[in-house]
Amino acid sequence: MPVLVIAAIVGALALSFAWAAGLVGGRTTTRTFLGDSLQHFEPGYRRAHGKGICFAGVFRSSNAAASLSTARVFAQDEVPAIGRFSIGSADPHAPDASTATVSMALLLSADDRSQWRMKLNNAPYFPTRDAEGFLAQRHAFEPDPTTGQPDPARVGAFFEKYPEARKAVEYKATAPWPSSFAQAQYNVINAFILLAADGTRQPVRWFMRPHAPFHGLSPEERARSSRDFLFDDIKKRVAQAPVRWDLVLQLAQAGDPVDDPSQPWPAERQQVVAGTLEVTSVRDQREGGCRDINFDPTLVPSGIALSNDPVLAARAGIYSHSYNARLREIAFGRATDAIGQQEHK
Amino acid sequence: MQDVPTTRTRSPRHFNLTARLLHWAMAIAIMAMLFIGVAMMSSLALRPVLIDVHQPLGIAILCLALVRLANRFCRPVPALPASIPRWQAVAAHLLHGLLYLLMVGLPVLGWAVRSAGNWPVILLGDWSLPALVPENPVLYAWLRLAHGALAWLLFAIILGHLGAALMHAWVLRDGVFSSMARGASDERAKAGSGSRPTS
Repeated sequence: MPVLVIAAIVGALALSFAWAAGLVGGRTTTRTFLGDSLQHFEPGYRRAHGKGICFAGVFRSSNAAASLSTARVFAQDEVPAIGRFSIGSADPHAPDASTATVSMALLLSADDRSQWRMKLNNAPYFPTRDAEGFLAQRHAFEPDPTTGQPDPARVGAFFEKYPEARKAVEYKATAPWPSSFAQAQYNVINAFILLAADGTRQPVRWFMRPHAPFHGLSPEERARSSRDFLFDDIKKRVAQAPVRWDLVLQLAQAGDPVDDPSQPWPAERQQVVAGTLEVTSVRDQREGGCRDINFDPTLVPSGIALSNDPVLAARAGIYSHSYNARLREIAFGRATDAIGQQEHK
Repeated sequence: MQDVPTTRTRSPRHFNLTARLLHWAMAIAIMAMLFIGVAMMSSLALRPVLIDVHQPLGIAILCLALVRLANRFCRPVPALPASIPRWQAVAAHLLHGLLYLLMVGLPVLGWAVRSAGNWPVILLGDWSLPALVPENPVLYAWLRLAHGALAWLLFAIILGHLGAALMHAWVLRDGVFSSMARGASDERAKAGSGSRPTS
């Protein structure tokens, strides 16, 4: 009898460990978001936003945010910046006109060894209030194999559960397409908390406001556009002169939804220009530079804290799986094109 | 001091208080650490919190493991009872050696993983550790694989250790479990059983 009890104890521990790891129980884990792309994907490439270009530059602090946050980046005159522009398609070889989504990823390394990593999108907000909503949306809009169109019943059920997603879907249908990485505004989407020296906690979102004026791409221009027009454009621009964005902090007021990435704050909220990002060079992503960086938005310096936004927390684990998978492929020698090598089979 | 003085001088019946305290504190810490480790790779909501705990807790386990190793080599430890078959005694010694190795090795590996990936090892606030190895994606990938695989190995060994300990406590009742569970003062009433050195 005691032997059975012992077996039960050991078995229960093993089972709960497997559950915590997400191996049993079938709950939604960070792996669910990547599906079989962890195993089946072009080796060495990011599982999302695979097509990108590395950039390097400098962030010049304006000192205006130093009273809001003790983070060193807001006080240091020049902070080295490394980052990546990418398009929203998962396929690393997709044509640039395949998506209206463009992104900027950024790593600022201050002289106190602190790091600030971020991943910004030209979309102004997240479609749904939580990460599960992303899966629900993807599932609801999957084309029906017989009609080639999404099933209206499934789409309706999705909007019933996530009514906030309507505005993102409508926005996407009418939003202008970017004609240049340099002209896009990149938004952080998730909220964070600025921690001041006196202990004040200020909820914040930020965005990169381009110095270059925005020109949308008309449908005709899009149809005529070359496969890599965004990448060719940014190479040309940076070769001529540095390309700049202001890092603008948007400060929430009491009552603004801090933990819901689908709810943007009113445009009239106070803004603080924390500094200017100057992109001075771009380089093919296969040559490294940004290739092996996971732009995990939850790695923030002290002086900035995470909000309880559930999408922010979920991104950390999802990014980590993508990062581990592609670095493993590089280490195993399976990555070829992703690291600029000819395929040798 | 009444019970079997000859046995006590050669080999104590119980681990010393330091060893027992370290054993049970680390048992809790390591189990928590293993669960935190797998949960922070799967959880949608908890990864930022869990990884903030994972790093300082790992370094704490590393420090405690070093103190424990020093205590283990400087203080006499109880011998296994003579009733234990030779193969079991050998297996126990090998697995205990492996446990010590992993207690030290896993935190060091974790520290190296973070370094190779250019991630800071943050203990508290601004207080972070220097890089243990240079930044290198290939090194990162191998260290990360080893860290994960050896953590699962450690969990498996701990389950075996727990199962064996409970067998000694509830089935064999040969004093092996109480050597780590209690001090000598609780043991006065009990008669000493024969023991033999096993190493």
